[in-house]
Amino acid sequence: MDQANAVGGPPGRAGHGHWTARLESHGTRSARGPASAGPLRRARDGRVFGGVAAGLATRTGLSVGLIRVVLVVAALITSGYLAVPYVLAWLLIPAEGADGNIAAKALADKRGIGLAAGLTSVLVVALIIASALNTPWVTSLSVPLIICAAGLVLISRNASEEELAYLRSLAGPAGLTPTAPRSRRVLRFGLGALLIIFGLYALLRGHERLALLVPLAGIMLLVGGVALALGPWWLRIAREAVEERQARIRAEERAEMASRVHDSVLQTLALIQRKAGDQQQVIQLARAQERELRAWLFDGRAPGSMEGQAATIEDGVRLIQQEVETQHGVAVDAVTVGDCALDDNLSALLAAAREATVNAAKWSGAGTVSLFAEVEPGSVSMFVRDRGRGFDPVTVPADRKGLAESVRARVARRGGSATIRSAPGQGTEVSLVMPRCAGDRIQGRP
Amino acid sequence: MSAPGSSAGRAAGSKPRVFLVDDHGMFRSGVRSELAGTVDIVGEAADVASAIPLIAVSLPDVVLLDVHLPGGGGQDVVSAIKTAHPAVRFLALSASDAPEDVIAVIRAGARGYVTKTISGTELIDAIRRVAAGDAVFSPRLAGFVLDAFAAGDSAHLDRPSFDPELDQITAREREVLRLIARGYTYREVAKELFISVKTVESHVSSVLRKLQLSTRHQLTRWAAERRLT
Repeated sequence: MDQANAVGGPPGRAGHGHWTARLESHGTRSARGPASAGPLRRARDGRVFGGVAAGLATRTGLSVGLIRVVLVVAALITSGYLAVPYVLAWLLIPAEGADGNIAAKALADKRGIGLAAGLTSVLVVALIIASALNTPWVTSLSVPLIICAAGLVLISRNASEEELAYLRSLAGPAGLTPTAPRSRRVLRFGLGALLIIFGLYALLRGHERLALLVPLAGIMLLVGGVALALGPWWLRIAREAVEERQARIRAEERAEMASRVHDSVLQTLALIQRKAGDQQQVIQLARAQERELRAWLFDGRAPGSMEGQAATIEDGVRLIQQEVETQHGVAVDAVTVGDCALDDNLSALLAAAREATVNAAKWSGAGTVSLFAEVEPGSVSMFVRDRGRGFDPVTVPADRKGLAESVRARVARRGGSATIRSAPGQGTEVSLVMPRCAGDRIQGRP
Repeated sequence: MSAPGSSAGRAAGSKPRVFLVDDHGMFRSGVRSELAGTVDIVGEAADVASAIPLIAVSLPDVVLLDVHLPGGGGQDVVSAIKTAHPAVRFLALSASDAPEDVIAVIRAGARGYVTKTISGTELIDAIRRVAAGDAVFSPRLAGFVLDAFAAGDSAHLDRPSFDPELDQITAREREVLRLIARGYTYREVAKELFISVKTVESHVSSVLRKLQLSTRHQLTRWAAERRLT
C-alpha cells in the first residue's frame, strides 16, 4: 500500500525501542496506469492462479480478460503445452512486493526437488501404462502434465505464506484440503468413483474379453517391477515429505507460541520495569500475569486472544479499548463501521490490532491512539494510529518481536496483510487487512 | 449552506466569539480556562430555557453545545435559534457518543460534532473552522456517517430514494471520511489524497449537507436500530 516506508536493511541496536520489531523489506508496488514501466511482476490483486495474466495486463496495459482468453485458447490448441510456460513464469517472475522469485528458493530446496522427481517418475510409469493400453489422448496430455505437476510441487513448497494462504483458499471449495466440509469430500469421492467406473468401462469396451487379459497381465508385471525397483525410493520421499510437513507445523506452532508469550509475559515484564517504583502496581501486574499464564497453560485459554470474550468485531474493538485504557492509561479513540461475527482469521486480525494498540500506548508517548475498524463485504480492515514519537523502522533491533511476529506474521499466516508507516516525530500507523470468507454484514448491534 | 470564506475573514482576523451551553459547571470552567486568550467567551448557560434568550441577545459566532441538556436536547437550542439568527453556528460536544443524539443535533443544524475528550488545541481549531463556515467531523461522527451511508445498502434499497444526489455519498467523500475515522486531521487527509485542505473542507461540508437534508430512509432506520442497545 505504501512504498514510502519500504523498510529493511541491517538491524542495528537502536537507542530507543519504540516498536519492538525488525521489519522485513516491503518492496514497491507497481504504479497504476495503462501500462506501467516497472519490471514484470505477478499481480496480487485480481489473480486467479499465479497472477501471471493479471501481471501481464498491468505491464502491457491490455485487458486481463483478453490475455486470459488467449492463454486458454492457446493452451487448448497446443494440447496443454502452453501450460508449461505458464508454470515456468509462475516460478521465475517474482510476485508483486516480493524480493525474489520462487525458482531461486526452489533450487535450495533439495527435498522439494526430490519430491518433484519422485512425482515425475510415478507419472512416467503411468504414461507407459497408458501407452500400453493404446489411449493416445492420455499420452498427448501427459508430457506437459508431468512438467507442470513437478513445477507445481516446487511452487507449493516455496511460495510465500500469503500466496499459499490464497492457494489454499482456492483449493478449499474443491474439497482438497483436509479440513474441507463433509459434503465436499463426499462430492470428491463420488467424482473419483465415477471416473474409475468410466475407465473400466472404456477398457472393457476397447478390447475383446480375453485379449484384455494379455495387456493387463503385462501391466501388472510392469507395475510390480517398477514398484520393486523404485518403491523404496518413493516411500522414502513420501516419508520425508510427511516429516517435513510435521516440522513445518511445529515451527508454525513455535512462532504462534512466541507471539503469545510476547503479547503477555514480555509485555508485562516491560511494564513492571517501567513501574518498578510503584510496589502496589508491580504486585497487581504480576498477579494478573500469573492468572493469565495459568489460564493459558492449564485451561488452554490463549493470552492476547479474543477467544470466548468477543463475538463480533465491534465487541473486540471495545475490549481492546477498555484493556488499553485501563492498563496503560492512554485514551483509545475507537470507531467501528459495520460489524460481523468473528472466525479464526478475524480473531487473528483483532489480536494483531490489539498488539499494535498496546505497542502504540506503551512506546509512542502519545496521549491518544486512534483505532478504526471497517467491515466490508470482502474484507475487514483495521487501522491503529498514534501521533507519538514514531520510529525509524530500519533501526529496530532484531530481537524485538512485537511488530514482526505479533502483528505482521500473525495476519500473514492467515492470508491477510500488514503495512506499517512510521517516521521519527511523525507518529505511526499500522494498517491491517484480512479477507473474509463468508458471513453477513450485521446491520446495527445485535 | 457551505460558503467557505464568507465569514472567514472576520474569524481569522479577530477572536471568534463563543457561547457555552453545558449543564456541568466544572466542564464550563474547564473549557473557559482552556480557551482563555484564544477565543472571546461572551456568555454561558446551563439549560435549554436559559440558553435561547441569552444566545439571541449576545449573537456569538459559535455556540459550543452539549448534546444532553436539562429541559430538552441540544437540538432544541439549535432549532430555536437557527431560523431567526442563521449566522450563529453550532458545534456539538458530547461525552456519550450515542449515535441517535449526535445525528439529531447535526440534523437540527449543528455544523460539527466533537467528543468532550478533545484536546484544547483541537477544540480551538474546531471552533475556528465552524466560525469560518466549515464542517467539523470527529472520527466518531465520520464512522457514523460511513455506517449510515454504507456502500452495500444502495444495492438493496427497499424504497426508491427521492433524491439520489442527497442520499448517497461519493467515493471521494467516503475516502475522506475513512481517513478522518482513522484519526487523520484535515491537513493530513489533504496530504494523503494529494488535494488541498480547502477541497477536504468542501467534501466534508458536502457530507454534512447530505446528512442534514437527506430523506434517506436508511438514516432513520439505522439510528433507530442503534437506539435499541
